[in-house]
Amino acid sequence: MKLKLLISSMALSLGMGFAGSASAAGGEITVVSWGGAYTKSQVEAYHKPWIAKTGNKIKSEDYNGGIAEIKAMVEAGNVSWDIVDVELSDAIRACDEGLLETIDHSKLPPAKDGTPATEDFIEGTLYDCAVANIVWSTIFAYDKSKMPEGPKTMADFFDTKKFPGKRGLRKGAKVNLEFALMADGVAAKDVYSVMETEEGIDRAFKKLDTIKDDVVWWEAGAQPPQLLADGEVAMTTAYNGRIFNAVAGEDKPFEIVWDGQVWDLDLWVIPKGTKNKELAMDFLGFSTGTEPLAAQASWISYGPARKSSAPLVGNYATNEKIDMAPQMPTNPENLTNAVQNNFEFWADNADQLNERFNAWLAK
Amino acid sequence: MTTQKPFITRPGTIALYVATAIVFLLTFSPAVALAFILVFGIPLFFMHEMPAYTTTGEKIGKYIFLTICTMIFIFLITPILVIIPLSFNAEPYFTFTEGMLSLDPSAYSLRWYKDIVQFGMLDPTGTENWWSDMWNNSTWVRAARNSFFIALVSTILATAFGTLAALGLSRPEMPYRSAITSLLISPMIVPLVITATGMFFFYSQKNLFPFYPDGLSKTYLGIILAHATLGVPFVIITVTATLSGFDRSLIRASQGLGASGTTTFFKVIMPLILPGMISGALFAFITSLDEVVAVIFLADVDQRTIPRQMFSGIREQISPTILAVATLLVVMSIALLTALELLRRRSERLRGLAPS
Amino acid sequence: MPDPTTPILTADGTPLKAKLAQTTRQLKWKAFLLTLPLVLFVVITFVLPIGQMLYRSVHNPAGSNVVPQFAEFIQEWDGQGLPDDKYVESFVKDLAVARKNREIGKTVGNLATRVNYEMPGSRSLITSTARKAAKITEGPYLDALIKINKKWENPAIWLTLQRVSKDYTLAFYLAATDMKYDETGKIVQADDLYQIYIPILLKTLWLSAVITVLCFILAYPVSYLLSTLPLRTSNLLMILVLLPFWTSLLVRTTAWIAMLQTEGIINDALVFLGAIDDDGRIQMIYNQTGTIISMVHILLPFMILPLFSVMKTIPPSYMRAAKSMGASTFYSFRRVYFPQTIPGIAAGTLLVFILAIGYYITPALVGGNDGLLISNLIADHIKKTLNWSLGAALGTILLVVVMVFYWIYNKLVGVDNLKFG
Repeated sequence: MKLKLLISSMALSLGMGFAGSASAAGGEITVVSWGGAYTKSQVEAYHKPWIAKTGNKIKSEDYNGGIAEIKAMVEAGNVSWDIVDVELSDAIRACDEGLLETIDHSKLPPAKDGTPATEDFIEGTLYDCAVANIVWSTIFAYDKSKMPEGPKTMADFFDTKKFPGKRGLRKGAKVNLEFALMADGVAAKDVYSVMETEEGIDRAFKKLDTIKDDVVWWEAGAQPPQLLADGEVAMTTAYNGRIFNAVAGEDKPFEIVWDGQVWDLDLWVIPKGTKNKELAMDFLGFSTGTEPLAAQASWISYGPARKSSAPLVGNYATNEKIDMAPQMPTNPENLTNAVQNNFEFWADNADQLNERFNAWLAK
Repeated sequence: MTTQKPFITRPGTIALYVATAIVFLLTFSPAVALAFILVFGIPLFFMHEMPAYTTTGEKIGKYIFLTICTMIFIFLITPILVIIPLSFNAEPYFTFTEGMLSLDPSAYSLRWYKDIVQFGMLDPTGTENWWSDMWNNSTWVRAARNSFFIALVSTILATAFGTLAALGLSRPEMPYRSAITSLLISPMIVPLVITATGMFFFYSQKNLFPFYPDGLSKTYLGIILAHATLGVPFVIITVTATLSGFDRSLIRASQGLGASGTTTFFKVIMPLILPGMISGALFAFITSLDEVVAVIFLADVDQRTIPRQMFSGIREQISPTILAVATLLVVMSIALLTALELLRRRSERLRGLAPS
Repeated sequence: MPDPTTPILTADGTPLKAKLAQTTRQLKWKAFLLTLPLVLFVVITFVLPIGQMLYRSVHNPAGSNVVPQFAEFIQEWDGQGLPDDKYVESFVKDLAVARKNREIGKTVGNLATRVNYEMPGSRSLITSTARKAAKITEGPYLDALIKINKKWENPAIWLTLQRVSKDYTLAFYLAATDMKYDETGKIVQADDLYQIYIPILLKTLWLSAVITVLCFILAYPVSYLLSTLPLRTSNLLMILVLLPFWTSLLVRTTAWIAMLQTEGIINDALVFLGAIDDDGRIQMIYNQTGTIISMVHILLPFMILPLFSVMKTIPPSYMRAAKSMGASTFYSFRRVYFPQTIPGIAAGTLLVFILAIGYYITPALVGGNDGLLISNLIADHIKKTLNWSLGAALGTILLVVVMVFYWIYNKLVGVDNLKFG
């Protein structure tokens, strides 16, 4: 009921703020995102209302992140993706290499009270070629039913004596090095300054060494909840929304540990040379409006990138009892020991550190 | 020497029964006892009569040898056969449940086969336009359509070019034969990743190919060309093999009787090399149907094939649906294998090499 | 008796020798023309693409694409200390222009990526400097850059810029062999912790050898059995070899995942038999073991078929003759039978080895962390990290290795002798 109200009010308000740029019905755009529960939240909060409003169609596709596909498409001049959900460091790199359309921020819809978009978006969420939609986080989680006295801190994740069992980690250097350092006692605010030094990197790898034999590596966001459910791992790093959905949607007894979370942004980008640029821009503007962002937060526990969306975030869409606010990475209680992913550090060092990570892994 | 004694030698059989009984008493499992009797009984079955002077040591040696061979055959075939019952599992697991082992009918279901059809459909339960919905939207049906289309066209290309070239290569006057053969076989030898990488760059170029100003990557034509190239070696190998037993005097006889080159080809050469051509074509077909690396590099979602779909399925969320698809593919390879075997027999009959 | 000095003439008066030569030439041409369409086809769809890939591994014009004037100018620099201001000036001016360029392949990001490959950590130095480059209007330019970022004081960055300004480079081959340019531009080995490509290449060769040996050990007795059984029985058993051969690679890989997983059939059976505890399930997949087992299964038919076709031609009477003359079974096998199977062994082992070196799909799916092969790294660089030149360089190295073995195969066995079924 609540949702229906939300959607209809959304459609109304958008009708006012966005009437000018609405495109002719009958087109189709391809929207690419991360699949699973995350894509579902976007389908519910962005796609369906946009389709209802404009009469256009959406083809939804999944991918596993990275800019390889975008680069291949743009360089081949055969762009079949119209709008893509990417991580910040990838958005920056793709923009630097000229793979993306630039986005005119003045065309983004203002907040309801008239605050222009450039002020309504949280600082650091608008870029030349990218507009953030959500704040997400990499956390770790465990199965409460198997571990009633569960881990509390990042150090516990690395402590296989106290908490025996396999660990799930994303295959790659990013985030794992941050986790390792925090588990080794580095304060969240110092993580990247430690990582700037060769000794810091050595230290992180040394910490990873201590659990290397117990790690199951995952690649797709849908895997960690599956690994936990199958009992393949005792605890695993994961995207917080995926764990939340397993808990709220499928009644899984998982528990999120927020200590040491590394949060990041997801942003919409438009690959250069798409034949549906107008429609893609229209969709981008629509979906990053105040209400759609708030609506998405009722489907998955990722925080909206607009300040004006925050007060509208209510309860979980399919279970009224669950209040979404405490589930957000940006909830103050969850931020006590947290790091924001440093995109500049990773843009500079990802190649080299992944090489070292692969060498380390193969040993 | 001509009289055949029964395959099963008496003392061995008794020993096997006793051993199986002991195994059964120890494990109380019919499945284990069955496996035991298969592994150790099949070799007995093949213990042919041996000359009178054979020592017991030699008999034991032969038995051990046969047991090892049985185990190797089991290693070869078990993984392929085991997925067939697993694909009927009612539970989303990759292993036999207790219900399945005790042959409880409710432990088996067709749900994964249903999933093959329904996955990706807009409205799998709806009755209206169900068929067109399935044909256009079901992920696996689309993948199958792509697979067969690509395989068919690339097979025709590979077979046509390959047969022509094999005819040239098997002529005694062919210059630089071994160099050219090595070149034409090399698509089979060069690692697929390298081939696919090369094609990925090459086909992505703009304004190089007529009618395709945007390049050939992410088009059906690109994948068809890639698969035709990969199928060529198989056609060359099988057709030259058929031609090696080909009696060239037949050509001269045909020409002597006044037939033109085309007539000779279609009336004399073609019927004789047809089995080779067809088996080469089958190889090319199955190569294309099974190929995934070039598809990973060159294809867009629109051109996803069955193996490509399986690859991402295994990588991300491995579900028994994959096993159901795999079972269908196994059934298909059995059909193809049978076709090939029939062809081989026909070819041998034609060439007067009937099996004894 | 015709005079041996006068040539024999044909009906139209040309010498027979010439006529024969002409006919042979015509026949040669005819044969060649039959192969020509396919040769052209393979050259276009296969040889050219691979040739272009080789070219890409040495040709990377990021420098001259992004900062064209500087790229040409800096070549005059002697590489001592920091460059003169005239070089820096052209760099700054080019950078300011490039900043506005959104053309693919010519953006500041392309240069930054390229520099970052050779000097990790300098990507943001280039991109952030480019953002401010337009504001620098007068010299000394070097000091202005240093004011933006201290890193411009380091002569190494200028040496790197000079290097990446050349269109042709060996840097990617250095990277592919775990070497690099050091701060002074000398070629040195990469740090131990970053050594990856040579160890993986060696591991690929080693694993391929292990797989080949295992295939040989399994294939030899089976081929022998098949070649000695009566034709009807062996045809029947041959199906057990050919069915896997004809079954999709992905199906077989899936099957092995089902067999070997921790919750899979083999572990379940072992638990059931009491051989292991439920907690003590063995990790057989997503590691080297999984790669080896499934690749042996997949490649085994490629070993059995050539061995079988050679063994079939060996008359059983040879062994009987040896034995009747008093040789033991083992001795007659070693001295009489085995040597005759060597052509089959050569064909089978080389084929399996060559195919194993380039394997991609199976290790990608069941290899986990330590079961990955060189092909997987190549695919990673093409599909994921986008360091295409490095991927191409690695591919070229792999291609050379495979070609060497293909050449040996050609010499020892001959491509004409490849057969299936």
